[in-house]
Amino acid sequence: MNRTYELMFIVRPDMAEEDLDKLISTLETVVSTSGGTVKSVERMGKRRLAYTVRRFHDGVYVLLTVEGSGGLVHELERRLRVTEPVIKFLSVRIDEEQKRLAKIKAIRDARKKAPATPAPAAEGGEAAPATA
Amino acid sequence: MADETRTPTATAEAPAASEGHTQRPPSRGPRPGGGPGGPREGGRKYFRRKKVCKFCVEKIESINYKDVRLLAQFVAESGKIVPRRLTGVCTPHQRRLSCAIKQARNIALLPFAGRAM
Repeated sequence: MNRTYELMFIVRPDMAEEDLDKLISTLETVVSTSGGTVKSVERMGKRRLAYTVRRFHDGVYVLLTVEGSGGLVHELERRLRVTEPVIKFLSVRIDEEQKRLAKIKAIRDARKKAPATPAPAAEGGEAAPATA
Repeated sequence: MADETRTPTATAEAPAASEGHTQRPPSRGPRPGGGPGGPREGGRKYFRRKKVCKFCVEKIESINYKDVRLLAQFVAESGKIVPRRLTGVCTPHQRRLSCAIKQARNIALLPFAGRAM
């Protein structure tokens, strides 16, 4: 069962860049060994936290998009919990939302195209009774 | 030239000044209105503009927890989620919105209580 998940986690602001690289690469290896794929890694940079977390006022946000099973996410969450510099994390399943958005987009595109094509047909239909 | 320009202004001012004493009707106009619509005929004293769902009007389908700027519009100073009756958001969108706000709170993008530091 392949699902898409988004894992957002915050690491402490005083963490070294190399350590963060190392952490991300270990997470990536975990994903690949569990039969999943990493879709994207986005470093959102340092941000102010809305409230203090473990006495930190700001943190470095990282967003990881992963495709895989629930077990994989479970493992990733366990690792994040164990990793000391990670102060907070959130994992969200996003494939259903993406599907919904794609569906809405398809409907909207179809509607945009629809007025262009039936319009001449309607005109033809109107013209025919007028002549008759 | 100067006289010509002066005289019309003087005449224009004169009626305005005389109206100033009996300026009740224009001043009465906006007073009961209060709202943007102004007074309305009929039983209702004032016209309240119909609230519309921002997400329906602007066709925003994705309510994501990462979009802090969007979510912050629906969070009060105190950090509370603003009720539907005040914002005019429709029920399906409010449901998604509240979920997104709660997720954002969890990852410290939005505060649980009070202003973001």
